[in-house]
Amino acid sequence: MVVENLADDVKKVVERWKDKEGNLIMVLHDIQDHYGYVPREAALEISRQLDQPLARIYEVLTFYNYFKLQPPGKFNISVCLGTACYLKGAAALIEEVTRVLHIKEGETTKDGLFHLQIVRCLGCCGLAPVITVDGKVYSAVKRADVMEIIAEHSKNHGQK
Amino acid sequence: MATALMVKALINGIPVEVEAGTSILDAAKKVQVNIPTLCKHPDLTASAGCGICIVKVKNNRKLLRACCTPLENNMEVMTHDPEIVQTRRTVLELIMSNHPTDCLICGRNNDCELQKIAAEFGIREDLFERVLPEIPVDKSTGTIILEPKKCIKCGRCIDVCQNMQDVWALSFIQRGFKTRISPAGDIKLAESPCVRCGQCSAHCPTGAIFENDETQKVWSLLQDPDKHCVVQIAPAVRVAVGEGFGYPVGTNLTKKLYALLRRLGFKAVFDTNFGADLTIMEEGTEFVERFVNKKGPLPLITSCCPAWVDYLEKYYGDMISLFSSAKSPHEMVGALTKTYYAGKKAIDPAKIKVVSIMPCTAKKYEISRTEDMSASGYQDVDVSLTTRELIRMIKQAGIDFKNLPDEDADLMLGDYAGAGTIFGATGGVMEAALRTAYFAITGENLKDVNFTAVRGLQGVKETTVNVKGTEVKIAVAHGLKNVKFVMDKVRDALKNNQPLPYHFIEVMACPGGCVGGGGQPYMVTDDIRKQRAKGLYDEDAGMPKRCSHENPFVQELYKDFLEKPLSHKAHKLLHTHYKARPLYVK
Repeated sequence: MVVENLADDVKKVVERWKDKEGNLIMVLHDIQDHYGYVPREAALEISRQLDQPLARIYEVLTFYNYFKLQPPGKFNISVCLGTACYLKGAAALIEEVTRVLHIKEGETTKDGLFHLQIVRCLGCCGLAPVITVDGKVYSAVKRADVMEIIAEHSKNHGQK
Repeated sequence: MATALMVKALINGIPVEVEAGTSILDAAKKVQVNIPTLCKHPDLTASAGCGICIVKVKNNRKLLRACCTPLENNMEVMTHDPEIVQTRRTVLELIMSNHPTDCLICGRNNDCELQKIAAEFGIREDLFERVLPEIPVDKSTGTIILEPKKCIKCGRCIDVCQNMQDVWALSFIQRGFKTRISPAGDIKLAESPCVRCGQCSAHCPTGAIFENDETQKVWSLLQDPDKHCVVQIAPAVRVAVGEGFGYPVGTNLTKKLYALLRRLGFKAVFDTNFGADLTIMEEGTEFVERFVNKKGPLPLITSCCPAWVDYLEKYYGDMISLFSSAKSPHEMVGALTKTYYAGKKAIDPAKIKVVSIMPCTAKKYEISRTEDMSASGYQDVDVSLTTRELIRMIKQAGIDFKNLPDEDADLMLGDYAGAGTIFGATGGVMEAALRTAYFAITGENLKDVNFTAVRGLQGVKETTVNVKGTEVKIAVAHGLKNVKFVMDKVRDALKNNQPLPYHFIEVMACPGGCVGGGGQPYMVTDDIRKQRAKGLYDEDAGMPKRCSHENPFVQELYKDFLEKPLSHKAHKLLHTHYKARPLYVK
């Protein structure tokens, strides 16, 4: 990914937090909000500007599930693995997404269209198991429904 | 000085008195009780990583980790009872459930802390299903090999890399079961700031970080009738190799090693100490040129430590002009073996293979660092082995090392003065250089050649030496975390046009210098570093010639071959260049 003005973007964020203790995590939050993920170039730039070793930055980035190291897809598929969804068979839905799109948790398809994310409880357990795609909720999803949900979005995007 | 606050307690009913702040683990040793641990190393901060060292304290319901619980007044500690031992056993079984069982083909076979503790606990079956993470092996540096699936997550290497060495190549990434050692963001070690010092490998309790074992390569060379194999040993090797054979720590085995290396099949046995004397001639002259004749910038910084060279190229690229251009001693011996020695003995240098035995993993990197390392027209040093690899070779060869007779080196590139041998300890290069620089500046030999102010294990040693009225300000740093203090002082002075804090700086990457090198036998402590250094200083004290410029074979080399220090030929063979390198390749 070519990120323009990366050094300036990082500088703005660093300026904002530089006097605060424990600022690394806040800087990483802001960068992810800005780009949708934390590109390696940004991590390197943060390392330089905050004078923090890159190893420390990746300790934090990989410790918290929240941080993404790859660009998000155009469509973000969230499969809920909260207790209710799990008991109602959400694991099979993840398997099915992986089978159809060849992506595992936290990965994005090569064409950049779909990103798979696993979440813990979306707060609508009565609808379990639940998948959301960019906020649109699909309830009581069965394995066989997954292909259809994916097709709906790739069709909208003018493919297949 | 105020007396330290003491605490009195009972460990297994035995009264013990220690300084306040002493951990239960260390206090127990005072009353002959060994509490097992897999993560605590005497060099490092306790991290409570492994959970093996748990103990009971009266009136406390929890099991406490002895490594990070300080002994308190009136504590009643129990270190071994059936419940404690059973709990330790379970912790150990859980650790083993994520560890491969291919011990027979592991480099640490018979020398592994996990294997040893499993044997002591008498574990005979797998109680838990074995789950092994599939993480690829990283051989990218060619010096140390990372095999994260053998890692027990004790955290020693991380503490070593981040805090002891301030390199920050290694860290833990991910969390929970997925936690693993990795360079920043899952790149290869060679793409990270790693300087190949190997301290991680010397502190790893298992085979997760291991030197690139090249003993088979050397056996093949020795077997080849077309090759003329030549060997050299570094100063620090002679006082550490004995630890593999039950000698008291620090025993100097120089002459036995010469005999051994001939038995292994080497045609000539040289000594890196000769190269050390030569380094002093070149570097000492370089210092005099810069200090007296103002030809070149000050302070002059020593460059014989390849991990330090790599560190400087990565972290202090703006200060390269201060670096001595003199090669390290083993590279000098390598280049001269394939030119001077080859010429005198009329041997085709293409057939000569030079093996160096070093206390160091970074030397494996240094031998092909730049094209300067092929000054003879061939790679000057072909293979570099660590002390640990040599110990294995001796055992493989079936040689009764302890009963070998003493022999001498081949003196042409094997004789040395006391100055050469102290190179292996922190401060040794500086002391050796001062002995010869004093002579070069004043034309007189020192009456007392001992510079005790630069000896010992203090992280940074600063002193001023009076050379007939002229003050030479020097600093010695060892352990890379101590470098910043010295280098930042220099950088600030240069930037602000202030007087220089030092004229001459010695740096060794490893704590204690080469005696504590990353390729030396395991479980080093400051006590062991001191004893190994003592083995070298004692040898120096007993030598008839203490100064490098008095070495008759060095004198002959200049007369017959190199002309004089810093001559055109000396520059071509014995000096090198540096370049700023990025911290991250990716």
